[in-house]
Amino acid sequence: MAKGTVVFDIENCKGCELCIEACPQDSLELSPRINAQGYHYVVLVKDNCTGCTNCALVCPDAVITVYREKKKTRVPVARISGVTQNITVTIDEEGKPS
Amino acid sequence: MGQDVVDAALEQMECVYARPDTLTDTRFHYCPGCGHSVVHRVIMEVVQEAGIREQTIGVAPVGCSVFAYNYMDVDMQEAAHGRASAVATGIKRVLPDRFVFSYQGDGDLAAIGTAETIHTCNRGENILMVFVNNAIYGMTGGQMAPTTLLGMKTSTSPAGRTVETAGFPLKITEMVAMLPGTYYVTRQSVHTPNAVRQLKKAITKSFQYQKERKGTCFIEVVSNCPSGWKMTPVQSNAWLVENMFPLYPPGDIKAPK
Repeated sequence: MAKGTVVFDIENCKGCELCIEACPQDSLELSPRINAQGYHYVVLVKDNCTGCTNCALVCPDAVITVYREKKKTRVPVARISGVTQNITVTIDEEGKPS
Repeated sequence: MGQDVVDAALEQMECVYARPDTLTDTRFHYCPGCGHSVVHRVIMEVVQEAGIREQTIGVAPVGCSVFAYNYMDVDMQEAAHGRASAVATGIKRVLPDRFVFSYQGDGDLAAIGTAETIHTCNRGENILMVFVNNAIYGMTGGQMAPTTLLGMKTSTSPAGRTVETAGFPLKITEMVAMLPGTYYVTRQSVHTPNAVRQLKKAITKSFQYQKERKGTCFIEVVSNCPSGWKMTPVQSNAWLVENMFPLYPPGDIKAPK
């Protein structure tokens, strides 16, 4: 599963290929189809987008919207305090300390 | 893949980059790959992020970017050819609490508007001047500009620019950096993602300096002109790095200590 993805406003894309050049993952290509303006528009062809926003930064027509996976919030399973010497804590399968 | 599948997948994700609201929905009229619209977008991103949309006034030039007011959704004023910095001066003096920027190309700022440019910088007007340099007159059909490189072929220098007939390329950014009125003078570009990030930082700083009433901020953006240079956008960016940067090196020319 890719960490990010991009959505193109294909009708306003002019097929300048600057985003294809800027993509570090080589995820983008020009479509063989054309839009109403007559330009081949850019499409995402691989499932390896990281959501780095490089393509959107160089896009002259501001047609790219970039999405990235939400950061997972980590919930602590236990809080340990008042420890003065080495102790061992094991966590069972249900995530409860024992 | 159906639209509902796409929507469901996007729900798991957060939007990290979108077209700024401060740009209108109008399609840019620029040629494919032109740097102008990147500069438009970056200025409007800064305006949106700084939350100064209602206090910002832009001055549009004559040239390719003459329709800048169709795209930038802030208060805009069109100026006569070359006079954008003079108009911006007037606006800033009448409304000193507004953020005023002028947006000009090399034919506007460095040719017909040289006098206005130099005197605005010399007076140290509290405005931001954005200067997009692509070394050619794009709108009128690729004629030679003052900033055209030596040996560069244009429609009015088909054998290449020569010193005997056309003199040397004008480095106006270095000229205005020498004037005491300018506070921050820098040269940026928009050919790579990192260059765009640097430009955004420079514009953010300039609006901050304007708020502090430090003096004129001048940002040159070395840009491409795929149509005028007769190249593909990708080729034009490579040509820009190879040929423009030796004469117009990116970086701060005058930065506050």
